[in-house]
Amino acid sequence: MSQTFFLDGQEIPFEEGQTVLQAAMAAGRYIPHLCYRPQLEPHSSCRICTVIISGKPFSSCTQPAMKEQQVECDTAELNALRRAVIQMMFVEGNHYCPSCEESGSCRLQASAYYLGMQDSHFPHQFPLRQRDSSHPDVNMDRDRCIRCETCVRASRDLDGKNVFGILGRGLNSKISVNSPSGLLEGSDVAATDMAVALCPTGCLTVKGVGFKVPIGLRIFDQAPIDVVELLEFTKQEAVHG
Amino acid sequence: MSPSARLQLETASHPEALKRIVIEPLTRVEGHGKVTLLMDEDDHVRQARLHIVEFRGFEKFIQGRPYWEVPVLVQRLCGICPVSHHLAAAKAVDMLVGARQLTPTADKLRRLLHYGQILQSHALHFFHLSSPDLLFGFDADVATRNIIGVIAAHPDLAVQGVKLRKYGQEVIRVLSGKRIHGVFAIPGGVNKAFSREDREYLAKDIDQVVAWSRGAVEIARSLYVGKLETSESFGAFRSNFLSLTTPKGDFELYDGALRARDDKGQTIFDQVDCAHYLRYLHEEVKSWSYMKFPFIVSLGNDEGWYRVGPLARINNAERMPTPLAEEARKVFMAMGKGEPVHATLAYHWARMIELLYAAEAIQGLLSDADIFGTDLMVKGEPALEGIGVIEAPRGTLFHHYKVDETGAIVKANLIVSTTNNNTAMNTAVREVAAQYLDGKKLTEGLLNHIEVAIRAYDPCLSCATHALGKMPLQVELIDADGQVVDRLVKGADGELSGEAV
Repeated sequence: MSQTFFLDGQEIPFEEGQTVLQAAMAAGRYIPHLCYRPQLEPHSSCRICTVIISGKPFSSCTQPAMKEQQVECDTAELNALRRAVIQMMFVEGNHYCPSCEESGSCRLQASAYYLGMQDSHFPHQFPLRQRDSSHPDVNMDRDRCIRCETCVRASRDLDGKNVFGILGRGLNSKISVNSPSGLLEGSDVAATDMAVALCPTGCLTVKGVGFKVPIGLRIFDQAPIDVVELLEFTKQEAVHG
Repeated sequence: MSPSARLQLETASHPEALKRIVIEPLTRVEGHGKVTLLMDEDDHVRQARLHIVEFRGFEKFIQGRPYWEVPVLVQRLCGICPVSHHLAAAKAVDMLVGARQLTPTADKLRRLLHYGQILQSHALHFFHLSSPDLLFGFDADVATRNIIGVIAAHPDLAVQGVKLRKYGQEVIRVLSGKRIHGVFAIPGGVNKAFSREDREYLAKDIDQVVAWSRGAVEIARSLYVGKLETSESFGAFRSNFLSLTTPKGDFELYDGALRARDDKGQTIFDQVDCAHYLRYLHEEVKSWSYMKFPFIVSLGNDEGWYRVGPLARINNAERMPTPLAEEARKVFMAMGKGEPVHATLAYHWARMIELLYAAEAIQGLLSDADIFGTDLMVKGEPALEGIGVIEAPRGTLFHHYKVDETGAIVKANLIVSTTNNNTAMNTAVREVAAQYLDGKKLTEGLLNHIEVAIRAYDPCLSCATHALGKMPLQVELIDADGQVVDRLVKGADGELSGEAV
């Protein structure tokens, strides 16, 4: 028999080894997140999934679910903090949604909509970032990178290639490429890699296919991110248990 | 063609000794611009200029972007005619992916999108922006000389205008997903098939739209001939004309080749492949405007300026491809007595003939089985340079891109429709200034004459700005010693006040 904890007062069952986020999602409760993907080990880098347990903040994607835990998640204060983190992601990069091919299927954009982001709030940093279009099939637009390391983990753990890494620290950190020139050309990346498919923004894209999905049929045209994420989580659970 | 003596008004010999009048910003046009007039002590106009005071920089900041992003990115140039930029850029990137000939379905659906845009843009301009001047008079009470006044005095007409525009916007929405800044054209084709439900939705109102468009042509015609002397003389001048035509020389909005004719209707060049436009057209830069001055190379920059847009297209066409529009074209062309029609105010009439053409063309396409095809994309041998030319609502629009081997844009050149009309609009301003402002005391109505001339060209000075006559405006009359002797101020609420000096 499974044990339970309480998420905003709602009793949530969990299995031994599940995190708060996994148990909540399995119970149909969406906790906003960006760096967590059900196919990958939890990473706890984006901090969007932060919840309050016993008065302290924890990343729910890595925090183990524990019996009788009282977890605060969907509160005005926490959602304001999540929104602020999303706003900071927007101003730290160069995100031009109107002309971005990932618009409508972008998890950063969809999260911003979900959390009610109306403006950038913080001053834009306008960083100078190097684009990499050297590869014949894959484009990397670092302007859109949120340094969630999804590509790093997916390339290593799902593709078995180790194409990507993080170089530098803090605001100066950037995605690096494992190739002699440091460019995608000459690396092992392929358009079919999960590292490309799982990128939550328009940073890593397949060349020449942008805008082929018409408005109305893009991922988040059809349902908001909470519905989409819960559906994807259920599918992954069915596949991997 | 001999240039009008009034062209000499571009630059006064001693501007420092002249009074300066500024109309800023211009209202009921897209974007921001201003007019300056320099007058001598006897109030004769010595210099008149239309200045475009914005700088956009699209040609620079799209450098480095991938080519497939360009049709979506550059349409943000405008909120009124984004479809034109979307399609012109798409035609250019078609060349980059080697798509020389689209599938019949993709070609016809892109045309459908374009005609929807022509319909909505022309309806917006005629009914919302220009009809107040034409119905009430150029110097009518400013309180009623606006779309609200049109709704009050001519409710049926105003509703028709609104519904015509709405229909065009719905065509755009159905195809591209949004009324403004949707996505439909992609390199080599389109991203969505057209459903029978979409067809039924659009088909149910198209007969009414054609009927209203026919009525709009009649309104424009009767307004023109009703005050024929004014219509033919107001801001009038002779010019060359440039447009696309079909291989037979017929009216064409989406594709075709370039044709230029002189003021008598004689051919300057014809059936020029759009990819060779740079051999025939150059641009001159002048220090006082952010907008360049294009001209026909063979005639030089003094004689080679030309007009584009509805008047040019109708003048240049041998025939309209649809019956009602062709009937209307013949009536229109009779005004020229064997030569092109040159009147600035004839733009409104020509524009409504195009509105009718767009409605008929939509009607025809909705009955064409090709639009339901599912073969939407083609590809071929990639190229590093692409040129797309289209007839936008305001005139011929050029998009020219070069990419590197990685697909990133390295060079871009855009000649937007309004740019082609730059000299023409300046000339119209000078003509009106000389005709109506010489020796007169400043009034709002008098200054509106200048704006009426500019509005006839439906300029899109940058992107959409619909102030509907409510934009703040300050006009000052400064004497030769630099002293302000007269001032008119229009507040953001549209209230006009004279300030004691």
